[in-house]
Amino acid sequence: MKVLTLNFLTCAVKACKSSSDSFPLHPKDAELVHDDVEVNAQLLTNLLHRLDWKALRTTATELGFPDLPETAPTQEDLENDEKTLKDLHNLLIETQMMEGKLVCGHCGHEYAVREGIANFLLPTHLV
Amino acid sequence: MSRPEDTLAADVHYNDTEARKYTTSSRIQNIQASMTRRALELLKLDSPSLILDIGCGSGLSGEILSAVPEEEGGPHMWVGMDISPSMLDVALSRDVEGDLLLADMGQGVPFRAGAFDAAISISAIQWLCNAETADTSPTGRLSRFFNGLYASLRRGGKAVCQFYPKNDTQRNMISAAAVKAGFGAGILEDDPGTKNQKLYLVLTVGGATSNGGGDITGVVQGMEGVDVLDNRKAGKTGKGEIKKHSKAWIIKKKEQMERKGKIVKATSKYTGRKRRIAF
Repeated sequence: MKVLTLNFLTCAVKACKSSSDSFPLHPKDAELVHDDVEVNAQLLTNLLHRLDWKALRTTATELGFPDLPETAPTQEDLENDEKTLKDLHNLLIETQMMEGKLVCGHCGHEYAVREGIANFLLPTHLV
Repeated sequence: MSRPEDTLAADVHYNDTEARKYTTSSRIQNIQASMTRRALELLKLDSPSLILDIGCGSGLSGEILSAVPEEEGGPHMWVGMDISPSMLDVALSRDVEGDLLLADMGQGVPFRAGAFDAAISISAIQWLCNAETADTSPTGRLSRFFNGLYASLRRGGKAVCQFYPKNDTQRNMISAAAVKAGFGAGILEDDPGTKNQKLYLVLTVGGATSNGGGDITGVVQGMEGVDVLDNRKAGKTGKGEIKKHSKAWIIKKKEQMERKGKIVKATSKYTGRKRRIAF
């Protein structure tokens, strides 16, 4: 599962919908792999304003990446600076979480991740 | 033809053998591919986008999304969710590009608001009309799904869901649930009345877009061979304009009574006519 997807996933439990702690989910015991993917600058530019930068910084720190800059790069940064684009591409799309758990910060529910597939099936009492 | 929806739950029906059969059948592959391309045509994405694939199965439709050439606005990034572990297992062995998620669409869509540009679903949402346990109901599952989907799409986003309803009741139930969640909904029928009839539920989020109306009539605008049947207008203009005690008013009342099961005299040329003034 890509780090990009982690930036969009929230806890599926009904009671967590209203809480701000349910996003982002916190990776635990994560095993990461690096997958070479061709850079798609247009896609990254499209996604840029939709990323939650604060959440991405938290996730990156929790996954053991060096600290990201305080503020998100702007569209011009991506267009002019190839290194920023490469770094963002490397983090968001090429880094994949294969094994581990995703923990909700509000209810503490753990979603298992196996072979890159997160299990979001809920027991009926939590639906 | 028997419907698997009637016998088993989706995750039980698509076990290892069924999942493999489904994925390797060239007939199913062709049908899925043509439906995915039709859905993409309806979505009209002109730049690389993030797409949610609901009921992605073994990633047959996802492969097409990743393979859209650059000049047609691709390649798109997609995230797929499916309830059947066997199907996802096949997807893993086929090495698809999108991210996969084991999730039940009837339990909602676990993404934060405004995450996706578009959503696509091929032959999946009719499964929502079946609830396998006593504590869930089809209406509840439908509403959770559509509410979740509505939230996870960005404003101006679109969703196209191809589905096989069992009958008109299911069809109306699904579209009513989508409208209730706030979508602008419309159904596109391909090859109506034939064996190959395909239904596409076209959902739009937010108001009018740059290319015309905000709902399905705007989506199909400029497409060849599409007849627009708008049932809404009849309902809107009918009210308030009929004069009381006029012939139209009497006929409307008679229809109302007939619907209630009352005995109503047949309508003739004398209906609603004034009597001659008696001397």
